[in-house]
This record gives sequence, C-alpha cells and structure tokens, in this order.
Amino acid sequence: MRKTKGGKLGLFILMKGIRMTTLLIAICFISFLLVKNSPIDPIQAYIGADMLKVGPEQREKIAEYWGLDQPVIVQFLNWGSAVLKGDLGTSMIFRRPVIDVISERFLNSLVLMVAAWVLSGVIGFIMGVIAAMKKGTWIDRIIKWYCFTLASTPTFWMGLLVLIVFAVWLGWFPIGLGVPAGVLSENVTMMDRIQHLILPVLTLSILGVANVALHTRQKLIDVLTSDYVLFARARGEQGFVLFWRHGLRNIALPAITLQFAAFSELFGGAVLAEQVFSYPGLGQATIEAGLRGDVPLLLGLVIFSAIFVFVGNLFADLSYHILDPRMREVRKL
Amino acid sequence: MSILEVENLSVSFKQYTDGFKEMNHKVISSLNVTLEAGEILAVVGASGSGKSLLAHAILGLLPSNANVSGTIKYKGEELTPTRQSGLRGKEIALVPQSVNYLDPLMRVGSQVRTSVENGDAVAAQRKVFERYRLGKEVENMYPFQLSGGMARRTLLSTAMVSDAKVIIADEPTPGLDPIVIKEALDNFREFADSGCAVMLITHDIESALQIADKIAVFYAGTTIEVASIENFVGKGEEIRHPYTKALWRALPQNEFIPIPGSQPHPSSLPPGCLFAPRCEMATPECRQAPPEMRELRDGMVRCIHAT
Ligand SMILES: Nc1ncnc2c1ncn2[C@@H]1O[C@H](COP(=O)(O)OP(=O)(O)OP(=O)(O)O)[C@@H](O)[C@H]1O
Ligand code: SF4
Ligand SMILES: [Mg+2]
Repeated sequence: MRKTKGGKLGLFILMKGIRMTTLLIAICFISFLLVKNSPIDPIQAYIGADMLKVGPEQREKIAEYWGLDQPVIVQFLNWGSAVLKGDLGTSMIFRRPVIDVISERFLNSLVLMVAAWVLSGVIGFIMGVIAAMKKGTWIDRIIKWYCFTLASTPTFWMGLLVLIVFAVWLGWFPIGLGVPAGVLSENVTMMDRIQHLILPVLTLSILGVANVALHTRQKLIDVLTSDYVLFARARGEQGFVLFWRHGLRNIALPAITLQFAAFSELFGGAVLAEQVFSYPGLGQATIEAGLRGDVPLLLGLVIFSAIFVFVGNLFADLSYHILDPRMREVRKL
Repeated sequence: MSILEVENLSVSFKQYTDGFKEMNHKVISSLNVTLEAGEILAVVGASGSGKSLLAHAILGLLPSNANVSGTIKYKGEELTPTRQSGLRGKEIALVPQSVNYLDPLMRVGSQVRTSVENGDAVAAQRKVFERYRLGKEVENMYPFQLSGGMARRTLLSTAMVSDAKVIIADEPTPGLDPIVIKEALDNFREFADSGCAVMLITHDIESALQIADKIAVFYAGTTIEVASIENFVGKGEEIRHPYTKALWRALPQNEFIPIPGSQPHPSSLPPGCLFAPRCEMATPECRQAPPEMRELRDGMVRCIHAT
C-alpha cells in the first residue's frame, strides 16, 4: 500500500518529465522552422547598420561560419546539439552569450512576477472571501463588477493608465526602467529597485486578482451551502470558527492550484507590462529579440518560457497531489 | 412534558420554472409533531415526504430561499433563530443522513471531537469509536476513506459525544450490520430512558416498530397519523389512517399488498386530502378541503372518515 503511494507520485513526475521533453523538442523545432522561414535575415541583424559596407563575399563567409549555407535540418541538429551541451549561442544585439542575457533578465522578471503573483493571489483570495460572505450586498456587487471589468482590460492599457496617474500626474514613482537612469550600477540601492518595481507589480496585480477572486467567491458560496457546513452549524459552529475550520480548508486548495496555473497568463502579462514600463526583464528582451531579429536569443527565450510555464503548471498539479488528502492518501481499506 | 412541539409548520421554496415564472413549492404543509421527554418518536414516510426538512427546520438550518411558517417550541418556549443557534449542538444534536455531511478535508476524529462540549474531547471520541467498533486508525482517516457503515457510525458518534437532550437521527441505520444497529438502538433507548428524547427518522416502518414508542407517519409533507406502536398488530384494525394501514399491510410478513400509485409531487398537490387520489375510502367530501389533524383513540389522524 505504502509503496503504491510513493510510486504513484514518482510515476506522475516521470510522465510529466516525458511530456515536458517531447513538448520542448516540438517547440524548439517549430520555432526554429518559423524563424528560418521568417523574413528575418540573421546576417543583416548581426551586422545592423554596417550592412552597406559588407560585400557579398564577406556575407558568404559569415554565412559559412555560422553554417547558414547548410540544409535547414542540419542547421537544426547543429543548433540542437549545442543547446543540449548547454550552449544557447550568442545574442546578436547584446553581443553576449544568450544564457547570460536570459539569466540576468530572468532575475529581474522573476522579482516582478513573484511579487505580482503573491500580491494578486492574496488580495484576490481575500476579495473572493469577502464577496462570498457578503453575497448579494453592495460590497459583493462592487467586487464582482471590478473583476468582470478587469478581466477584459488589456495589460498594456492598464499599464499606461497606471503610468500616467502615478508617475506622470502624481509623480510618486519613476516613469520607467529597472534602475534610475544615469546612476552607476554600484550606486543603485535596494530602495531604487523597489521603487521601479512598484508600478509594474501594481499593474499586473490589479489585473491578476480577477480570476482568483471570482473563483474563490463561487467556491466559498458552494461550500457555505454544502451539507458539511450545514452539519457543522448543526453542531453549534458559527461565524469565524466555522469559516476557519471548514471554509478556508475547502477553498484554499482550488485557489492555490488556480494561482499556479495562472503562471502562463502572468508571464504573458509581464511581457506587455515590462514593455510599457521599459523594465529590463525577459518580456522586454523577447520583444526586442523579435523586432530586431536576434535569432539565438529569441530561440533561447522560447525554450526558457516553455520551461517556465510548464514548471508553473507542474506546481499546480503537484500542489493538488501533495495538499489534497483525497489524492495523497490511498484508500486504506 | 413535551420537550419539542412542532405546530402547523409549513415550508415552501420559491422556484423559477420555465419562462421565469415564480412557483411556490409547498414541501411541508401544516405539519404537527410533538416529542416527549423519555420517548423515542419514529418519523416514517416515503422518500421526499419532508423528513429531512423537518429536522433541518427544527435546528433553523433551512436554506435561505425557504419560507417557513408555524411555530416550534423547545421546552415550552418558542424557538427563535437566536435561540436555535444557541441550542444547536448543545441541547439538540443531529445525526445527518449521509457521509456528505462530513467535511471532506478534515480527519473524522477531529470532526467528532468538535461535538464534545465538556471534558476531554480525545478521550470521548476514542470511547465512542470503540463502542461502535471503529478501529483506532479510523480517527485519522478522511471521509472518503470510510465505508458506508463506518461513515454512519462516525455520524452517530458525533451525536453520542454531545451532551444534547434531544437527538434527531436522520436515517441512522441503513448499511449497518445488525450488531451495530442493535448497539445504536440500545444507545437511543438508554438515552431516552435517561430523560432525553430521540426523533428517529426512517422510511422503514419495521425497524421503527422495534424501538420506538410512537410513530408519526408523513405523507407529502404533512403528518397524517400519530400512533402508539401497540396499534400495529394483526391486520392493522387499530390503525387510524388508510395510508398507514396500507403501509402496514404492504409489509412482507403481513399481506404484502403494494399500495398503487405514488406520492404527489410538491408542485402538483391535490386540493383536498393529499392521499385522496390513492385512497379506497375517498368520497367527494375528501376532495373539498384538506382534513384537519384530530385526536382519535389516544392518537392523532388527518382523515375525516377515520374511526
Ligand atoms: N433546497 C430545496 N429546494 C427546493 N426543494 C427542496 C429543497 N430541499 C428539499 N426539497 C424538496 O422537499 C421535499 C422533501 O425533501 P426531504 O429531503 O425532506 O425528503 P425526505 O423525506 O428526507 O426524503 P428521503 O427519504 O429521500 O431523505 C422533496 O420533494 C425535495 O425535492
Ligand atoms: S380524508 Fe378521505 S381521502 Fe383522505 S385519507 Fe381519509 S378517507 Fe382517504
Ligand atoms: Mg431525507
């Protein structure tokens, strides 16, 4: 019995691993093909404005050096084997190894996303609980209205609005970037970084609460009309104790799972928010890589985002397996 | 003294049918029932006759879309929502109908312990589990790990560890093996003999007769007869209402004659006597107005022709 319990989780992770691997190979191949067939000319992207000074022979030399004269499938395999060895190539626009660019940018993005993730999760959850407890009152209607309106607001629009109100009109926060402009990096303080983080986090959180809040509200309403809450009340439980013992327990799990599954949306939102606030994260790098034809960086980012979203979903599934006793404990009879 | 009196209780639900038409489904109408200290009252009725709703109404736990009228008195004083919430779990305990009434994410041991008002909760829970032959490991299980019988014994335990004066047990015995049924029924008897009272809800008239002192028969949301168990003998000559008689005669060890037809749905109740469409003794008079509950030979009956 005990053995199957551990075995089940092991098998689950193994299956997820296989899926992740096949998914990654497929994503790499498709993105590689897409980039190859796009109008981006990697040589031009590399050379940039100096293009006029480069003759046809030199072009060919560069193409040969990069293996661009070989069939697409060979190019893919070359690139693929390099990736397997941990070499993602060199970013053309940053002139640095792709892995360095991504790790630096990732750290910036991670701070932004984790802050927004925690904030929107906690606030959304609390909003959902309040709405459900006060179902039908004005406060419930306001929360519902807020969530429905926001669920349909584009991130960049909200970003611009936040920027205009808090940075331009009120002047409370810097307008953009990750650190103050014109300050040496060793002189940038923690406070500076946090100041630059607040508006993007705010933008993402304002939008991120809607989903959790609405789901939590519905779930708590269901729980409050459930038979087991009726029986808890029949045993004399009421008010906060009742909510704490039976409500929270039964709504926290779906909320956590939902919030983990929202990783991918958060990632998408971060891309746009970073652009609006010129915040030097992964999202901004993705847009630049795409616009300026930085193929190695773009492919590296694609792989990285796929892993990131996949890990988010994996956590969502795992949280269910670990936290829900119905999944955790095998029938003992 | 009557410990619990339900007078003229009616419960209806607002429901929206097609075309957003608002319908008032009367699921309990003019229901009367009294529970005396020291007695076990069996409430018998077919599925959908309003037995569980009566239990929930007494505790003030009906859903918010229910309209309730009539009075319920506990120890002679009328129950208000505030009083009900003060009595729940302390004076009146419920044994609910199914395992769905246990919190799916809470270990069953803890759920039983929350019912203990005084003294050592853990000890009380272990003692009652032992009494109902629930193994030591059961307290750490979640409801989904329990078999039907274990779940029912857990539900019974919650009422037994409380210090309640009244137990309302909603179908506590199906799925239990005979030894545990006997244990549970003996518990109820002891409990009643110590001056408390039990309302035993069941659809099984036979098991009701084994333990109860009195039987209240429900039909389509109302009481049609209250009779002492001594009335259930022979061919049922001492039984007052035609429906109760028919139930008695339908038992396998009696004549085994099934009752034709079925109980009317709350959305289409007949205007006069609710049993008229299925009653052999029905006269045009029966269809005029619902008969009043009246006293007859030390019992109660809702039938104009009963003797
Ligand atoms: N929340 C509700 N809304 C509308 N109708 C309801 C509601 N709860 C119960 N009813 C109706 O009330 C009637 C009585 O229900 P109740 O649960 O009391 O029956 P019961 O006698 O306990 O039946 P059973 O033996 O199946 O448990 C049924 O017709 C049921 O459909
Ligand atoms: S009142 Fe009439 S219809 Fe109703 S049970 Fe009595 S005899 Fe039958
Ligand atoms: Mg019922």
